[in-house]
Amino acid sequence: MSTMTPVVVPDRAPKKNRNAPKAKMSKDARRRSLTGWMFLIPAAALIGIMMFWPMLQALILSMKTGKGANLNFADPLWYNYERILHDDIFKLTVTNTLLYLVIQVPIMLISALLLANILNNPRLKLKGMWRTAIFLPAAISLVSYSLVFRTIFSTDGLVNDWLMALHLVDGPVNWLGQPNTARLVIILGLLWRWTGYNMIFYLAGLQNIDPTTLEAAKMDGAGPIRTFFSVTVPQLKPMIVLTVIMSINGTLQMFDESYNLTLGGPANTSMTMSHYLYKISFQNNPNFGYGAAVSYVILIMVAVLAAIQMKVGDKRD
Amino acid sequence: MTRTLREVPKYVYLTLVALVSVAPLYFMAVSATNSTQDVLASRMWPGSHLLENWQTLTSQQDVGAAMYHSTVNAVLTTVLALVVSSIAGYGFEVYHSPNKDRLMWVLMLAMMIPFAATMIPLFQLFADFGMVNSSFAVVLPVIATPLLILMFRQSARSFPHEIIEAARMDGLREFSIFWRMFVPTMRPTYAAAAVITFMAAWNNFLWPKVILVKSTVQTMPMLISNFSAGYVIDYGALMLAVLIASLPTIVIFFVLQRSFVAGFTGVVK
Repeated sequence: MSTMTPVVVPDRAPKKNRNAPKAKMSKDARRRSLTGWMFLIPAAALIGIMMFWPMLQALILSMKTGKGANLNFADPLWYNYERILHDDIFKLTVTNTLLYLVIQVPIMLISALLLANILNNPRLKLKGMWRTAIFLPAAISLVSYSLVFRTIFSTDGLVNDWLMALHLVDGPVNWLGQPNTARLVIILGLLWRWTGYNMIFYLAGLQNIDPTTLEAAKMDGAGPIRTFFSVTVPQLKPMIVLTVIMSINGTLQMFDESYNLTLGGPANTSMTMSHYLYKISFQNNPNFGYGAAVSYVILIMVAVLAAIQMKVGDKRD
Repeated sequence: MTRTLREVPKYVYLTLVALVSVAPLYFMAVSATNSTQDVLASRMWPGSHLLENWQTLTSQQDVGAAMYHSTVNAVLTTVLALVVSSIAGYGFEVYHSPNKDRLMWVLMLAMMIPFAATMIPLFQLFADFGMVNSSFAVVLPVIATPLLILMFRQSARSFPHEIIEAARMDGLREFSIFWRMFVPTMRPTYAAAAVITFMAAWNNFLWPKVILVKSTVQTMPMLISNFSAGYVIDYGALMLAVLIASLPTIVIFFVLQRSFVAGFTGVVK
Protein backbone atom coordinates (compact mmCIF):
# COMPACT_ATOMS: atom_id res chain seq x y z
CA MET A 1 0.00 0.00 0.00
CA SER A 2 1.27 3.45 -0.84
CA THR A 3 1.47 6.03 1.87
CA MET A 4 -0.58 9.18 1.91
CA THR A 5 1.03 11.80 -0.29
CA PRO A 6 1.14 15.32 1.13
CA VAL A 7 -1.37 17.62 -0.47
CA VAL A 8 -0.63 21.21 -1.32
CA VAL A 9 -3.25 23.21 0.53
CA PRO A 10 -4.24 26.56 -0.98
CA ASP A 11 -3.41 29.53 1.27
CA ARG A 12 -6.96 30.59 1.90
CA ALA A 13 -8.02 27.20 3.19
CA PRO A 14 -7.62 26.37 6.88
CA LYS A 15 -4.35 24.49 7.40
CA LYS A 16 -4.77 20.79 7.89
CA ASN A 17 -2.60 19.53 10.72
CA ARG A 18 -3.30 15.95 11.61
CA ASN A 19 -1.26 15.77 14.78
CA ALA A 20 -2.48 19.00 16.30
CA PRO A 21 -4.07 18.59 19.72
CA LYS A 22 -7.85 18.80 19.83
CA ALA A 23 -7.98 22.09 21.70
CA LYS A 24 -6.18 23.87 18.89
CA MET A 25 -8.53 22.52 16.23
CA SER A 26 -10.55 25.16 14.47
CA LYS A 27 -14.31 24.98 14.60
CA ASP A 28 -14.36 23.82 10.99
CA ALA A 29 -11.83 21.09 11.60
CA ARG A 30 -13.72 19.81 14.61
CA ARG A 31 -16.97 19.74 12.69
CA ARG A 32 -15.23 17.92 9.87
CA SER A 33 -13.71 15.34 12.19
CA LEU A 34 -17.19 14.71 13.57
CA THR A 35 -18.57 14.31 10.04
CA GLY A 36 -15.78 11.84 9.41
CA TRP A 37 -16.88 9.75 12.36
CA MET A 38 -20.47 9.88 11.15
CA PHE A 39 -19.28 8.42 7.84
CA LEU A 40 -17.58 5.52 9.62
CA ILE A 41 -20.24 4.65 12.17
CA PRO A 42 -22.62 2.53 10.02
CA ALA A 43 -19.85 0.25 8.75
CA ALA A 44 -18.05 0.07 12.10
CA ALA A 45 -21.29 -0.70 13.95
CA LEU A 46 -22.25 -3.41 11.47
CA ILE A 47 -18.84 -5.07 11.64
CA GLY A 48 -18.93 -4.83 15.42
CA ILE A 49 -22.42 -6.32 15.76
CA MET A 50 -22.19 -8.86 12.94
CA MET A 51 -18.61 -10.06 13.43
CA PHE A 52 -16.89 -9.13 16.70
CA TRP A 53 -19.93 -9.47 18.97
CA PRO A 54 -20.88 -12.95 17.65
CA MET A 55 -17.24 -13.97 17.96
CA LEU A 56 -17.32 -13.13 21.68
CA GLN A 57 -20.72 -14.78 22.05
CA ALA A 58 -19.33 -17.95 20.49
CA LEU A 59 -16.58 -18.01 23.10
CA ILE A 60 -19.13 -17.83 25.92
CA LEU A 61 -21.35 -20.34 24.17
CA SER A 62 -18.46 -22.76 23.79
CA MET A 63 -18.42 -23.10 27.59
CA LYS A 64 -22.08 -24.09 27.78
CA THR A 65 -23.92 -27.36 27.31
CA GLY A 66 -27.55 -28.32 26.89
CA LYS A 67 -30.25 -28.83 24.30
CA GLY A 68 -31.81 -26.11 22.15
CA ALA A 69 -32.27 -22.82 24.00
CA ASN A 70 -31.73 -24.51 27.36
CA LEU A 71 -28.05 -23.84 27.81
CA ASN A 72 -26.10 -23.74 31.06
CA PHE A 73 -22.45 -23.28 31.87
CA ALA A 74 -20.66 -26.60 31.70
CA ASP A 75 -18.76 -28.09 34.58
CA PRO A 76 -15.83 -27.87 34.05
CA LEU A 77 -16.03 -24.84 31.74
CA TRP A 78 -13.69 -26.46 29.20
CA TYR A 79 -15.90 -29.57 28.99
CA ASN A 80 -16.67 -29.04 25.28
CA TYR A 81 -13.01 -28.52 24.46
CA GLU A 82 -12.13 -31.72 26.30
CA ARG A 83 -14.77 -33.49 24.24
CA ILE A 84 -13.11 -32.23 21.04
CA LEU A 85 -9.90 -34.02 22.03
CA HIS A 86 -11.78 -37.32 21.92
CA ASP A 87 -13.83 -36.52 18.83
CA ASP A 88 -12.44 -38.77 16.11
CA ILE A 89 -14.75 -37.39 13.42
CA PHE A 90 -13.59 -33.83 14.10
CA LYS A 91 -9.97 -34.96 13.95
CA LEU A 92 -10.72 -36.66 10.64
CA THR A 93 -12.26 -33.46 9.26
CA VAL A 94 -9.21 -31.46 10.41
CA THR A 95 -6.96 -33.94 8.62
CA ASN A 96 -9.10 -33.76 5.47
CA THR A 97 -9.11 -29.97 5.46
CA LEU A 98 -5.35 -29.72 6.00
CA LEU A 99 -4.80 -32.35 3.30
CA TYR A 100 -6.79 -30.24 0.82
CA LEU A 101 -4.81 -27.20 1.88
CA VAL A 102 -1.35 -28.75 1.62
CA ILE A 103 -1.95 -30.48 -1.73
CA GLN A 104 -4.23 -28.09 -3.56
CA VAL A 105 -2.94 -24.60 -2.65
CA PRO A 106 0.68 -25.04 -3.88
CA ILE A 107 -0.34 -26.80 -7.13
CA MET A 108 -2.97 -24.18 -7.83
CA LEU A 109 -0.78 -21.15 -7.14
CA ILE A 110 2.19 -22.48 -9.13
CA SER A 111 -0.04 -23.30 -12.14
CA ALA A 112 -1.69 -19.88 -11.85
CA LEU A 113 1.73 -18.22 -11.83
CA LEU A 114 2.92 -20.19 -14.86
CA LEU A 115 -0.27 -19.48 -16.80
CA ALA A 116 -0.09 -15.78 -15.96
CA ASN A 117 3.52 -15.70 -17.13
CA ILE A 118 2.58 -17.32 -20.45
CA LEU A 119 -0.41 -15.02 -20.94
CA ASN A 120 1.66 -11.94 -20.16
CA ASN A 121 3.87 -12.51 -23.22
CA PRO A 122 3.09 -9.63 -25.61
CA ARG A 123 3.65 -11.88 -28.64
CA LEU A 124 1.03 -14.43 -27.53
CA LYS A 125 -1.85 -14.83 -29.97
CA LEU A 126 -5.55 -14.98 -28.95
CA LYS A 127 -4.66 -13.67 -25.50
CA GLY A 128 -8.21 -12.55 -24.63
CA MET A 129 -9.66 -15.92 -25.56
CA TRP A 130 -7.22 -17.87 -23.38
CA ARG A 131 -7.79 -15.54 -20.46
CA THR A 132 -11.57 -15.70 -20.69
CA ALA A 133 -11.61 -19.49 -21.04
CA ILE A 134 -9.29 -20.09 -18.09
CA PHE A 135 -11.05 -17.53 -15.88
CA LEU A 136 -14.56 -18.70 -16.79
CA PRO A 137 -14.86 -21.32 -13.98
CA ALA A 138 -14.69 -18.44 -11.47
CA ALA A 139 -18.01 -17.13 -12.83
CA ILE A 140 -20.14 -19.98 -11.49
CA SER A 141 -21.08 -20.69 -7.92
CA LEU A 142 -19.41 -23.26 -5.70
CA VAL A 143 -22.67 -25.19 -5.34
CA SER A 144 -23.17 -25.22 -9.12
CA TYR A 145 -19.74 -26.55 -9.98
CA SER A 146 -19.92 -29.05 -7.11
CA LEU A 147 -23.07 -30.54 -8.62
CA VAL A 148 -21.57 -30.56 -12.13
CA PHE A 149 -18.51 -32.38 -10.78
CA ARG A 150 -20.72 -34.79 -8.88
CA THR A 151 -22.48 -35.60 -12.15
CA ILE A 152 -19.37 -36.06 -14.29
CA PHE A 153 -17.58 -38.09 -11.59
CA SER A 154 -20.53 -40.38 -10.87
CA THR A 155 -19.89 -44.07 -11.54
CA ASP A 156 -21.58 -43.97 -14.95
CA GLY A 157 -20.56 -40.36 -15.58
CA LEU A 158 -18.53 -38.54 -18.20
CA VAL A 159 -15.07 -39.05 -16.67
CA ASN A 160 -15.42 -42.84 -16.42
CA ASP A 161 -16.81 -43.02 -19.96
CA TRP A 162 -13.85 -41.13 -21.35
CA LEU A 163 -11.26 -43.01 -19.32
CA MET A 164 -12.75 -46.29 -20.48
CA ALA A 165 -12.91 -45.11 -24.10
CA LEU A 166 -9.21 -44.26 -23.86
CA HIS A 167 -8.58 -47.66 -22.22
CA LEU A 168 -6.97 -45.99 -19.22
CA VAL A 169 -9.17 -47.98 -16.83
CA ASP A 170 -10.81 -51.38 -17.33
CA GLY A 171 -14.07 -50.75 -15.48
CA PRO A 172 -15.80 -47.70 -14.02
CA VAL A 173 -14.07 -46.15 -11.00
CA ASN A 174 -16.31 -45.44 -8.03
CA TRP A 175 -14.81 -41.95 -7.59
CA LEU A 176 -17.13 -40.71 -4.85
CA GLY A 177 -17.40 -44.04 -3.06
CA GLN A 178 -13.80 -44.43 -1.92
CA PRO A 179 -12.02 -42.14 0.56
CA ASN A 180 -8.96 -41.23 -1.48
CA THR A 181 -10.67 -40.83 -4.84
CA ALA A 182 -13.41 -38.73 -3.20
CA ARG A 183 -10.73 -36.45 -1.74
CA LEU A 184 -9.01 -36.35 -5.13
CA VAL A 185 -12.23 -35.23 -6.81
CA ILE A 186 -12.57 -32.39 -4.28
CA ILE A 187 -8.98 -31.32 -4.96
CA LEU A 188 -9.53 -31.49 -8.73
CA GLY A 189 -12.69 -29.42 -8.30
CA LEU A 190 -10.87 -26.77 -6.27
CA LEU A 191 -8.07 -26.61 -8.84
CA TRP A 192 -10.58 -26.24 -11.66
CA ARG A 193 -12.57 -23.51 -9.92
CA TRP A 194 -9.77 -21.36 -8.49
CA THR A 195 -6.67 -21.57 -10.73
CA GLY A 196 -7.96 -19.03 -13.26
CA TYR A 197 -9.14 -16.77 -10.46
CA ASN A 198 -5.66 -16.58 -8.96
CA MET A 199 -4.11 -16.23 -12.40
CA ILE A 200 -5.97 -12.92 -12.80
CA PHE A 201 -4.25 -11.54 -9.69
CA TYR A 202 -0.84 -12.53 -11.03
CA LEU A 203 -1.62 -11.07 -14.46
CA ALA A 204 -2.45 -7.75 -12.82
CA GLY A 205 0.76 -7.97 -10.79
CA LEU A 206 2.83 -8.75 -13.88
CA GLN A 207 1.50 -5.64 -15.61
CA ASN A 208 2.97 -3.52 -12.84
CA ILE A 209 6.45 -4.97 -13.30
CA ASP A 210 8.94 -2.56 -14.77
CA PRO A 211 9.90 -4.02 -18.20
CA THR A 212 13.39 -2.52 -17.96
CA THR A 213 14.22 -4.94 -15.13
CA LEU A 214 13.42 -7.85 -17.44
CA GLU A 215 15.52 -6.35 -20.22
CA ALA A 216 18.39 -5.82 -17.83
CA ALA A 217 18.25 -9.49 -16.82
CA LYS A 218 18.27 -10.49 -20.47
CA MET A 219 21.31 -8.30 -21.15
CA ASP A 220 23.08 -9.85 -18.21
CA GLY A 221 22.62 -13.19 -19.95
CA ALA A 222 19.89 -14.69 -17.77
CA GLY A 223 17.66 -17.27 -19.47
CA PRO A 224 13.87 -17.13 -19.28
CA ILE A 225 13.68 -19.50 -16.28
CA ARG A 226 16.35 -17.64 -14.35
CA THR A 227 14.67 -14.31 -15.18
CA PHE A 228 11.33 -15.65 -14.00
CA PHE A 229 12.61 -16.76 -10.60
CA SER A 230 15.12 -13.98 -9.93
CA VAL A 231 13.33 -10.97 -11.40
CA THR A 232 9.62 -11.67 -11.87
CA VAL A 233 8.76 -13.66 -8.74
CA PRO A 234 10.37 -11.25 -6.23
CA GLN A 235 8.44 -8.32 -7.75
CA LEU A 236 5.20 -10.30 -7.56
CA LYS A 237 5.67 -10.99 -3.87
CA PRO A 238 2.83 -8.79 -2.53
CA MET A 239 0.41 -10.48 -4.93
CA ILE A 240 1.72 -13.93 -4.01
CA VAL A 241 1.27 -13.20 -0.29
CA LEU A 242 -2.26 -11.98 -0.91
CA THR A 243 -3.26 -15.06 -2.93
CA VAL A 244 -1.68 -17.39 -0.36
CA ILE A 245 -3.64 -15.75 2.48
CA MET A 246 -6.90 -15.86 0.51
CA SER A 247 -6.38 -19.47 -0.51
CA ILE A 248 -5.52 -20.65 2.99
CA ASN A 249 -8.50 -18.80 4.46
CA GLY A 250 -10.83 -20.11 1.79
CA THR A 251 -9.70 -23.72 2.07
CA LEU A 252 -9.89 -23.75 5.88
CA GLN A 253 -13.50 -22.51 5.66
CA MET A 254 -14.55 -24.75 2.78
CA PHE A 255 -18.15 -25.94 3.03
CA ASP A 256 -20.05 -25.98 -0.28
CA GLU A 257 -17.92 -28.62 -2.02
CA SER A 258 -17.89 -31.01 0.91
CA TYR A 259 -21.65 -30.64 1.37
CA ASN A 260 -22.70 -30.90 -2.29
CA LEU A 261 -19.97 -32.77 -4.17
CA THR A 262 -19.09 -35.70 -1.92
CA LEU A 263 -21.69 -35.16 0.84
CA GLY A 264 -18.70 -35.52 3.15
CA GLY A 265 -18.54 -39.21 2.39
CA PRO A 266 -17.83 -41.99 2.22
CA ALA A 267 -18.08 -42.27 6.03
CA ASN A 268 -16.93 -38.66 6.65
CA THR A 269 -13.59 -39.27 4.92
CA SER A 270 -13.88 -36.22 2.66
CA MET A 271 -15.75 -33.95 5.10
CA THR A 272 -14.33 -30.51 5.91
CA MET A 273 -14.32 -28.80 9.32
CA SER A 274 -17.06 -26.31 8.37
CA HIS A 275 -19.27 -29.10 7.07
CA TYR A 276 -18.87 -30.97 10.35
CA LEU A 277 -19.61 -27.79 12.28
CA TYR A 278 -22.80 -27.29 10.27
CA LYS A 279 -23.78 -30.88 10.94
CA ILE A 280 -23.38 -30.74 14.72
CA SER A 281 -24.93 -27.25 14.97
CA PHE A 282 -27.91 -27.42 12.63
CA GLN A 283 -28.68 -31.04 11.75
CA ASN A 284 -30.10 -34.01 13.70
CA ASN A 285 -29.53 -33.09 17.36
CA PRO A 286 -28.19 -29.55 17.26
CA ASN A 287 -25.67 -28.79 19.99
CA PHE A 288 -24.82 -25.10 19.95
CA GLY A 289 -22.35 -25.30 22.84
CA TYR A 290 -20.26 -28.01 21.29
CA GLY A 291 -20.59 -26.39 17.87
CA ALA A 292 -19.26 -23.10 19.27
CA ALA A 293 -16.25 -24.90 20.76
CA VAL A 294 -15.51 -26.53 17.38
CA SER A 295 -15.90 -23.13 15.69
CA TYR A 296 -13.34 -21.67 18.09
CA VAL A 297 -10.81 -24.31 17.15
CA ILE A 298 -11.35 -23.33 13.50
CA LEU A 299 -10.99 -19.65 14.46
CA ILE A 300 -7.69 -20.30 16.19
CA MET A 301 -6.36 -22.31 13.26
CA VAL A 302 -7.25 -19.54 10.81
CA ALA A 303 -5.77 -16.88 13.10
CA VAL A 304 -2.49 -18.74 13.64
CA LEU A 305 -2.01 -19.45 9.93
CA ALA A 306 -2.92 -15.86 9.08
CA ALA A 307 -0.45 -14.52 11.64
CA ILE A 308 2.32 -16.71 10.20
CA GLN A 309 1.44 -15.49 6.72
CA MET A 310 1.53 -11.85 7.79
CA LYS A 311 4.91 -12.35 9.43
CA VAL A 312 6.38 -14.06 6.38
CA GLY A 313 4.80 -11.59 3.97
CA ASP A 314 5.91 -8.56 5.96
CA LYS A 315 9.59 -9.42 5.86
CA ARG A 316 11.42 -6.99 3.65
CA ASP A 317 14.53 -8.33 2.04
CA MET B 1 10.65 -20.51 -37.90
CA THR B 2 12.45 -22.08 -34.95
CA ARG B 3 10.76 -19.56 -32.71
CA THR B 4 7.33 -20.69 -33.96
CA LEU B 5 8.29 -24.33 -33.41
CA ARG B 6 9.47 -23.62 -29.91
CA GLU B 7 6.12 -22.03 -29.14
CA VAL B 8 4.08 -25.09 -30.11
CA PRO B 9 4.19 -26.75 -26.65
CA LYS B 10 2.99 -23.49 -25.12
CA TYR B 11 -0.09 -23.40 -27.33
CA VAL B 12 -0.77 -27.10 -26.79
CA TYR B 13 -0.63 -26.52 -23.03
CA LEU B 14 -2.92 -23.47 -23.22
CA THR B 15 -5.39 -25.38 -25.40
CA LEU B 16 -5.49 -28.24 -22.90
CA VAL B 17 -6.03 -25.93 -19.92
CA ALA B 18 -8.69 -23.95 -21.77
CA LEU B 19 -10.52 -27.13 -22.81
CA VAL B 20 -10.47 -28.54 -19.28
CA SER B 21 -11.76 -25.18 -17.98
CA VAL B 22 -14.63 -24.96 -20.43
CA ALA B 23 -15.59 -28.65 -20.84
CA PRO B 24 -17.57 -29.09 -17.57
CA LEU B 25 -19.51 -25.89 -18.29
CA TYR B 26 -20.22 -26.99 -21.85
CA PHE B 27 -21.35 -30.39 -20.58
CA MET B 28 -23.63 -28.68 -18.04
CA ALA B 29 -25.20 -26.55 -20.78
CA VAL B 30 -25.85 -29.40 -23.24
CA SER B 31 -27.00 -31.76 -20.49
CA ALA B 32 -29.75 -29.30 -19.61
CA THR B 33 -31.34 -30.30 -22.92
CA ASN B 34 -30.73 -34.04 -22.56
CA SER B 35 -32.50 -36.86 -20.71
CA THR B 36 -30.86 -38.54 -17.72
CA GLN B 37 -29.94 -41.55 -19.90
CA ASP B 38 -28.23 -39.24 -22.40
CA VAL B 39 -26.38 -37.39 -19.64
CA LEU B 40 -25.09 -40.65 -18.21
CA ALA B 41 -24.18 -41.82 -21.71
CA SER B 42 -22.05 -38.64 -21.91
CA ARG B 43 -23.87 -37.19 -24.91
CA MET B 44 -21.89 -34.09 -25.88
CA TRP B 45 -24.38 -32.28 -28.11
CA PRO B 46 -27.72 -30.59 -27.44
CA GLY B 47 -30.83 -32.78 -27.29
CA SER B 48 -34.56 -32.27 -27.32
CA HIS B 49 -35.47 -32.81 -23.65
CA LEU B 50 -35.28 -29.22 -22.47
CA LEU B 51 -39.05 -28.89 -21.92
CA GLU B 52 -39.26 -32.26 -20.22
CA ASN B 53 -36.41 -31.32 -17.86
CA TRP B 54 -38.11 -28.01 -17.13
CA GLN B 55 -41.34 -29.81 -16.24
CA THR B 56 -39.54 -32.32 -14.01
CA LEU B 57 -37.72 -29.49 -12.26
CA THR B 58 -40.73 -27.22 -11.73
CA SER B 59 -42.93 -30.10 -10.57
CA GLN B 60 -40.59 -30.52 -7.60
CA GLN B 61 -39.17 -27.04 -7.00
CA ASP B 62 -40.53 -23.50 -7.24
CA VAL B 63 -37.82 -22.04 -9.50
CA GLY B 64 -39.58 -18.68 -9.88
CA ALA B 65 -39.74 -18.10 -6.14
CA ALA B 66 -36.08 -19.07 -5.67
CA MET B 67 -34.98 -16.75 -8.50
CA TYR B 68 -37.03 -13.96 -6.92
CA HIS B 69 -35.52 -14.47 -3.45
CA SER B 70 -31.99 -14.78 -4.83
CA THR B 71 -32.47 -11.55 -6.79
CA VAL B 72 -33.94 -9.62 -3.84
CA ASN B 73 -31.17 -10.78 -1.50
CA ALA B 74 -28.36 -10.12 -3.96
CA VAL B 75 -29.62 -6.69 -5.04
CA LEU B 76 -30.31 -5.60 -1.46
CA THR B 77 -26.84 -6.77 -0.40
CA THR B 78 -25.15 -4.99 -3.31
CA VAL B 79 -26.92 -1.64 -2.83
CA LEU B 80 -26.47 -1.52 0.94
CA ALA B 81 -22.88 -2.81 0.84
CA LEU B 82 -21.85 -0.21 -1.72
CA VAL B 83 -23.41 2.67 0.22
CA VAL B 84 -22.14 1.66 3.66
CA SER B 85 -18.65 0.56 2.59
CA SER B 86 -17.96 3.44 0.23
CA ILE B 87 -18.95 6.08 2.78
CA ALA B 88 -16.70 4.38 5.32
CA GLY B 89 -13.78 4.01 2.92
CA TYR B 90 -14.09 7.67 1.93
CA GLY B 91 -14.36 8.71 5.58
CA PHE B 92 -11.26 6.78 6.61
CA GLU B 93 -9.20 8.43 3.89
CA VAL B 94 -10.50 11.99 3.73
CA TYR B 95 -10.99 12.60 7.47
CA HIS B 96 -7.90 10.57 8.29
CA SER B 97 -6.80 10.83 11.96
CA PRO B 98 -4.77 8.59 14.27
CA ASN B 99 -7.91 7.33 16.03
CA LYS B 100 -9.65 6.57 12.78
CA ASP B 101 -6.55 4.69 11.60
CA ARG B 102 -6.71 2.60 14.74
CA LEU B 103 -10.36 1.83 14.09
CA MET B 104 -9.53 0.87 10.50
CA TRP B 105 -6.89 -1.52 11.78
CA VAL B 106 -9.42 -3.14 14.12
CA LEU B 107 -11.95 -3.49 11.31
CA MET B 108 -9.28 -5.10 9.10
CA LEU B 109 -8.81 -7.71 11.82
CA ALA B 110 -12.39 -8.80 11.13
CA MET B 111 -11.16 -10.18 7.81
CA MET B 112 -9.47 -12.92 9.80
CA ILE B 113 -12.66 -14.04 11.56
CA PRO B 114 -13.87 -17.18 9.82
CA PHE B 115 -17.62 -17.18 9.19
CA ALA B 116 -17.83 -20.51 11.00
CA ALA B 117 -16.94 -18.80 14.28
CA THR B 118 -19.84 -16.34 14.11
CA MET B 119 -22.50 -18.49 12.49
CA ILE B 120 -24.19 -19.93 15.60
CA PRO B 121 -24.45 -16.67 17.62
CA LEU B 122 -25.64 -14.84 14.48
CA PHE B 123 -28.39 -17.40 14.09
CA GLN B 124 -29.36 -16.94 17.75
CA LEU B 125 -29.27 -13.14 17.38
CA PHE B 126 -31.67 -13.14 14.42
CA ALA B 127 -33.84 -15.80 16.04
CA ASP B 128 -34.19 -13.55 19.12
CA PHE B 129 -35.47 -10.75 16.89
CA GLY B 130 -37.83 -13.09 15.04
CA MET B 131 -35.90 -12.52 11.81
CA VAL B 132 -35.34 -16.14 10.76
CA ASN B 133 -36.43 -16.54 7.10
CA SER B 134 -36.19 -12.78 6.43
CA SER B 135 -34.09 -11.19 3.70
CA PHE B 136 -32.62 -8.71 6.18
CA ALA B 137 -31.16 -11.59 8.18
CA VAL B 138 -29.50 -12.84 4.99
CA VAL B 139 -28.18 -9.41 4.09
CA LEU B 140 -27.13 -7.71 7.34
CA PRO B 141 -24.02 -9.82 8.10
CA VAL B 142 -22.55 -9.25 4.63
CA ILE B 143 -23.15 -5.50 4.11
CA ALA B 144 -20.04 -4.08 5.77
CA THR B 145 -17.05 -6.04 4.52
CA PRO B 146 -13.51 -4.96 5.41
CA LEU B 147 -12.38 -5.76 1.88
CA LEU B 148 -14.84 -3.33 0.27
CA ILE B 149 -13.96 -0.61 2.78
CA LEU B 150 -10.30 -1.13 1.92
CA MET B 151 -11.10 -0.95 -1.77
CA PHE B 152 -12.95 2.36 -1.43
CA ARG B 153 -10.27 3.78 0.82
CA GLN B 154 -7.72 3.02 -1.88
CA SER B 155 -9.83 4.78 -4.49
CA ALA B 156 -10.41 7.77 -2.18
CA ARG B 157 -6.63 8.00 -1.97
CA SER B 158 -6.45 8.79 -5.68
CA PHE B 159 -9.25 11.36 -5.38
CA PRO B 160 -7.58 14.80 -5.54
CA HIS B 161 -7.79 16.75 -2.29
CA GLU B 162 -7.89 19.99 -4.27
CA ILE B 163 -11.37 19.08 -5.49
CA ILE B 164 -12.55 18.66 -1.89
CA GLU B 165 -10.98 21.95 -0.82
CA ALA B 166 -12.46 23.76 -3.81
CA ALA B 167 -15.90 22.31 -3.13
CA ARG B 168 -15.67 23.41 0.51
CA MET B 169 -14.78 26.88 -0.69
CA ASP B 170 -17.91 26.85 -2.79
CA GLY B 171 -19.87 26.13 0.38
CA LEU B 172 -20.73 22.51 -0.38
CA ARG B 173 -21.55 20.45 2.71
CA GLU B 174 -19.30 17.47 3.51
CA PHE B 175 -21.89 14.86 2.55
CA SER B 176 -22.64 16.68 -0.71
CA ILE B 177 -18.96 16.57 -1.58
CA PHE B 178 -19.02 12.80 -1.16
CA TRP B 179 -22.30 12.37 -2.99
CA ARG B 180 -21.86 14.86 -5.85
CA MET B 181 -18.09 14.77 -6.39
CA PHE B 182 -16.71 11.45 -5.19
CA VAL B 183 -19.47 9.04 -6.26
CA PRO B 184 -19.68 10.18 -9.91
CA THR B 185 -15.88 10.28 -10.28
CA MET B 186 -15.41 6.80 -8.86
CA ARG B 187 -17.97 5.08 -11.07
CA PRO B 188 -15.47 2.38 -12.21
CA THR B 189 -14.70 1.45 -8.60
CA TYR B 190 -18.42 1.23 -7.86
CA ALA B 191 -18.97 -0.97 -10.92
CA ALA B 192 -16.20 -3.34 -9.86
CA ALA B 193 -17.40 -3.45 -6.26
CA ALA B 194 -20.97 -4.07 -7.44
CA VAL B 195 -19.93 -7.00 -9.61
CA ILE B 196 -17.89 -8.65 -6.84
CA THR B 197 -20.58 -8.11 -4.20
CA PHE B 198 -23.45 -9.24 -6.40
CA MET B 199 -21.67 -12.43 -7.43
CA ALA B 200 -20.68 -13.29 -3.87
CA ALA B 201 -24.21 -12.57 -2.63
CA TRP B 202 -25.86 -14.56 -5.42
CA ASN B 203 -23.60 -17.54 -4.80
CA ASN B 204 -23.64 -17.44 -0.99
CA PHE B 205 -24.77 -20.78 0.36
CA LEU B 206 -23.90 -21.57 3.97
CA TRP B 207 -25.44 -18.54 5.71
CA PRO B 208 -28.70 -18.51 3.69
CA LYS B 209 -28.94 -22.24 4.35
CA VAL B 210 -28.64 -21.63 8.09
CA ILE B 211 -31.00 -18.66 8.38
CA LEU B 212 -33.61 -19.48 5.70
CA VAL B 213 -35.39 -22.42 7.25
CA LYS B 214 -38.63 -22.35 5.25
CA SER B 215 -38.27 -23.86 1.77
CA THR B 216 -40.56 -21.16 0.35
CA VAL B 217 -37.87 -18.51 0.86
CA GLN B 218 -34.92 -20.59 -0.38
CA THR B 219 -32.38 -19.14 -2.83
CA MET B 220 -31.16 -20.70 -6.09
CA PRO B 221 -28.01 -22.35 -4.67
CA MET B 222 -30.21 -23.87 -1.94
CA LEU B 223 -32.72 -25.01 -4.55
CA ILE B 224 -30.17 -26.87 -6.67
CA SER B 225 -28.58 -28.36 -3.57
CA ASN B 226 -31.97 -29.61 -2.32
CA PHE B 227 -32.96 -30.83 -5.76
CA SER B 228 -29.78 -32.93 -5.94
CA ALA B 229 -30.43 -34.46 -2.54
CA GLY B 230 -33.26 -36.73 -3.70
CA TYR B 231 -32.83 -40.51 -3.83
CA VAL B 232 -33.24 -40.65 -7.59
CA ILE B 233 -31.46 -37.80 -9.33
CA ASP B 234 -32.77 -36.63 -12.67
CA TYR B 235 -29.45 -35.46 -14.09
CA GLY B 236 -30.95 -33.63 -17.06
CA ALA B 237 -33.26 -31.59 -14.84
CA LEU B 238 -30.45 -31.04 -12.32
CA MET B 239 -28.11 -29.65 -14.99
CA LEU B 240 -30.92 -27.38 -16.18
CA ALA B 241 -31.36 -26.10 -12.62
CA VAL B 242 -27.61 -25.54 -12.29
CA LEU B 243 -27.59 -23.70 -15.62
CA ILE B 244 -30.45 -21.42 -14.54
CA ALA B 245 -28.75 -20.73 -11.20
CA SER B 246 -25.50 -19.85 -12.96
CA LEU B 247 -26.87 -17.76 -15.84
CA PRO B 248 -27.06 -14.40 -13.99
CA THR B 249 -23.46 -14.56 -12.83
CA ILE B 250 -22.20 -15.85 -16.19
CA VAL B 251 -23.99 -13.02 -18.02
CA ILE B 252 -22.59 -10.45 -15.59
CA PHE B 253 -19.17 -12.00 -16.04
CA PHE B 254 -19.26 -11.59 -19.82
CA VAL B 255 -20.80 -8.12 -19.83
CA LEU B 256 -18.61 -6.66 -17.10
CA GLN B 257 -15.49 -8.80 -17.46
CA ARG B 258 -13.20 -5.79 -17.42
CA SER B 259 -14.47 -4.20 -14.24
CA PHE B 260 -14.69 -7.64 -12.65
CA VAL B 261 -10.96 -8.14 -13.19
CA ALA B 262 -10.17 -4.55 -12.21
CA GLY B 263 -12.19 -4.94 -9.01
CA PHE B 264 -10.48 -8.13 -7.98
CA THR B 265 -7.07 -6.60 -8.35
CA GLY B 266 -7.80 -2.98 -7.39
CA VAL B 267 -7.41 -3.67 -3.69
CA VAL B 268 -3.76 -4.54 -3.94
CA LYS B 269 -2.48 -1.68 -6.04
